[in-house]
Amino acid sequence: MNTYNSWKKIKSKYAQLRLNIYLLKKNTLTKWALYGVVLLTLIALIVPIILPEDVHVTQDANPRDKLLPPSSDHLFGTDELGRDIFKRVLLGTNISLRTAVLAVGAAILIGVPIGAVAGYYGGFTDELLMRLTDIFLGFPPLLLAIVIAAFLGPDLNNATLAIALSWWPWYTRIVRGQAVSLTERPFVKAAQAMGTPSARIILKHIIPNCIAPVIVQASMDIGGVILTIAAISFLGLGAQPPTPEWGLMVSTSRNYFLNAWWYSIFPGLAIFFTVLIFNLLGDGLREILDPKTRKN
Amino acid sequence: MTESKVPYLHIKDLKVNFKTHEGTKKILDIDEIKIDKGQAYGIIGESGTGKTVLALTILKLLEMPPGEIASGRILLDGDDLLKKTDKQMEREVRGKKISMIFQDPMSTLNPVYTVGDQLINVLVKNQNLKKKEAKVKALEMLKLVDLPDPERCMDKYPHELSGGQRQRVIIALALSCGAEFIIADEPTRNLDVTIQAGILKLIKNLQRTLNVTVLFIANNPGLISSTCDNAAVLYKGEIVEQGNTREVLKNPKHPYTFVLLNAIPKSKNEKINLSRIAITDVEENLDGACIYYNKCIKKTDDCKTLQKNIKISETHTVKCCLAEEN
Amino acid sequence: MAENILEIKNLKKYFPVKGQNTEFVKAVDGVSLNIKRGEVLGLVGESGCGKSTLVNTVLCLTQPTEGEVIFDGKNMFSLSKKEMRETRKDIQIVFQDPFWSLNPRMIVKDIVAEPLSVQTKMNSSEISKKVEELLEMVGLPREGAYKYPHEFSGGQRQRIAIARALSLMPKLVVLDEPTSSIDVVSQAQILSLINDLKEKFNLTYIVISHDLGVVSYMSDKIAVMYLGKLVEYGETDLIFNKPMHPYTEALFAAIPDIDTDIDNIKTLEGNVPSSINPPPGCKFHTRCQFAKEICSRTEPETVILDDGRTIACHKINNTNF
Repeated sequence: MNTYNSWKKIKSKYAQLRLNIYLLKKNTLTKWALYGVVLLTLIALIVPIILPEDVHVTQDANPRDKLLPPSSDHLFGTDELGRDIFKRVLLGTNISLRTAVLAVGAAILIGVPIGAVAGYYGGFTDELLMRLTDIFLGFPPLLLAIVIAAFLGPDLNNATLAIALSWWPWYTRIVRGQAVSLTERPFVKAAQAMGTPSARIILKHIIPNCIAPVIVQASMDIGGVILTIAAISFLGLGAQPPTPEWGLMVSTSRNYFLNAWWYSIFPGLAIFFTVLIFNLLGDGLREILDPKTRKN
Repeated sequence: MTESKVPYLHIKDLKVNFKTHEGTKKILDIDEIKIDKGQAYGIIGESGTGKTVLALTILKLLEMPPGEIASGRILLDGDDLLKKTDKQMEREVRGKKISMIFQDPMSTLNPVYTVGDQLINVLVKNQNLKKKEAKVKALEMLKLVDLPDPERCMDKYPHELSGGQRQRVIIALALSCGAEFIIADEPTRNLDVTIQAGILKLIKNLQRTLNVTVLFIANNPGLISSTCDNAAVLYKGEIVEQGNTREVLKNPKHPYTFVLLNAIPKSKNEKINLSRIAITDVEENLDGACIYYNKCIKKTDDCKTLQKNIKISETHTVKCCLAEEN
Repeated sequence: MAENILEIKNLKKYFPVKGQNTEFVKAVDGVSLNIKRGEVLGLVGESGCGKSTLVNTVLCLTQPTEGEVIFDGKNMFSLSKKEMRETRKDIQIVFQDPFWSLNPRMIVKDIVAEPLSVQTKMNSSEISKKVEELLEMVGLPREGAYKYPHEFSGGQRQRIAIARALSLMPKLVVLDEPTSSIDVVSQAQILSLINDLKEKFNLTYIVISHDLGVVSYMSDKIAVMYLGKLVEYGETDLIFNKPMHPYTEALFAAIPDIDTDIDNIKTLEGNVPSSINPPPGCKFHTRCQFAKEICSRTEPETVILDDGRTIACHKINNTNF
């Protein structure tokens, strides 16, 4: 009986999924964006395993081959220390994606519960939490990263922390707005009327119903966070050499820009395409998850 | 009804499908609807039976895709609306000849303009009136729909009016371009009974005094019977019974009409007789069977194959093989 | 005579008008009602008359401005938090809107089981069994337990809401416009289901509706509200057959019926006045066809007539009106 029941449950979830897949298929741009994200994830997961890291990351890999233009040996050319830029860009995928997912994930973990609590309780709690949120919103991520870097020392992990700390208020805002309107919904009233404890209402009724816009926002934000990490590293406050981080690579390439165009172009393109892909996916997801913006 | 007379609106063999990710779904399959000029015609049906799709199809406002008109003709004064292009519909039909009143008056009115501005705007655009003339005409229209204090209403925004008043403004808008045919899609849903009665009376009066033709869509037979001359009962996109309102509702022949009529609660003393509205729920998918077969309590084996329109009288037909011909 | 399960005594709920502390919206303005165990009370009135506020206050979802609500011998407004949670399981509500009264992200089983898991110590297999019983009781298939609410029609969702409301066998069930957004055939089925369940478990209902047909069909007693006040209250048969307050009369006269022609339907002129500055005297006098000078001056007192009904109208109160 129990296996039968759980099978039913899966079937029901599956029907919903099928509709989503159908909508996804109809939206060509989103479909390609999704393929792109899958490809990026695969690169991020596999490349560090197949490329023995130390050879390409150590300071003086091949001083003889420094600043070679793109060729069949070195697809994207080499840098000032003779390291293969193509391999470094591939390795950088892991770093960018990992830090972005970590930063956004942390921001969601902080932001969503605060927003749900603020929206559900309203009144003074709401006022207090939202003003706190406003204070954090006042700091641009870069500025906060500089402060934290000055405090903890420049490091990729610190930069990730800084981004998470400056990003969560956006999620709080989204969730709070949703929570306020959900609190007025009859199903929440019904839960209150049957004596459900507030914590349970927030966990079971409020948060699951505001998760769709959070997912959409998160997929858009991943692009933004990758960009911010690159910017922080560019300023020398994030990843430190010899890490193959895209922003850091672009930063170093400035010195060789005039005679080695490939050095800055390829890491730059990597950043550009990754951000683009995530933004497209975010747009598509919004259309699929939010029926209001759905055409037809 | 004489045979030679050409009806004002004539729908023939209309079939509308919806294409979804689960395949093509039949939404409407209407054999014939004839509405004479100046008549009020009612369509009774539950939600999801295609009432609104019918209204949108007449105006060619149905979203395509997913909608798709498989076949049929909609003749307005002898002109086939389905053959017209979108531009032609816009220029000649929508607003000029046919206007629609929707369920939700708030979303039909533009919240950032005053009632007067909206009316004047429509009049200037559609009837080539000067602004001053339009203003006079707009006031006239508001008086026509019995809005209390029309002068002040002109300067009000939609949200300052009550639901009933908003619906009256919509009716004024619908009439102001000179439309002679009004489609009212559940115009009194969400309104209180007292307000509802007023709107019904207004529509009836306009039909009588201005000789407008009305297509009235509702799920409550009570509304239809008090306003319409002729009526059709729609079930899953098919007309199961139609004819003179009195005849259809006083002497229902189709089991579904019977169920609908018996479902309205009246008073404690008159308990809803569930056995009279009982429906069985077998999910048999039979091609060629009566549309109501799955839910019918009177079904016989004949119903699996037989499907025909039976004339009860000159003005009453029913699509049920169990009904007896007169 | 059965005892009163719910006593509402002179209940008032005023909402301050935004930005002002001197003006109030008098949503409920001095309502007194008693409901006996096993009885069905119908609450009627146009939208904005304070029906829903009255119910929300009775359910303690909002705090009253004044007055008392005694439920099952306990004063609802002086209960501790723990007592309140205990009491909650005895009052349940079914909402009007079947689309938002069920959490769209929960499967039906979890929705129906929620009161059980919140209020009882049943283990999961007991709960599963109980949920199946409940679904069967309201006429839904067992497999429905593992579907999401959006896979059901409006009528079926309302059945789910009823199953949830009855899961703890409450002493009082409030039905807030239970059928106003579903079609007539499903409405008839839901109404008779509600009636059957009442007979079966000897439940007590408060039915709120603007549809007089529904209310007269369901209830033993009818209370008619206008602008936060009760204008007429008494046995359903009495009020249905012989409405005495002009407002009640107007409400009944406005129902379109298969047997009545539109020209014979009487309409009530004008709209419900604003409850911020309600008219002085009898609140209904602006729309009343019998209104005289006295109606706009003094408020009619609520009197009990010989047939047991309460009414507030000068026309009835004064013999020389």
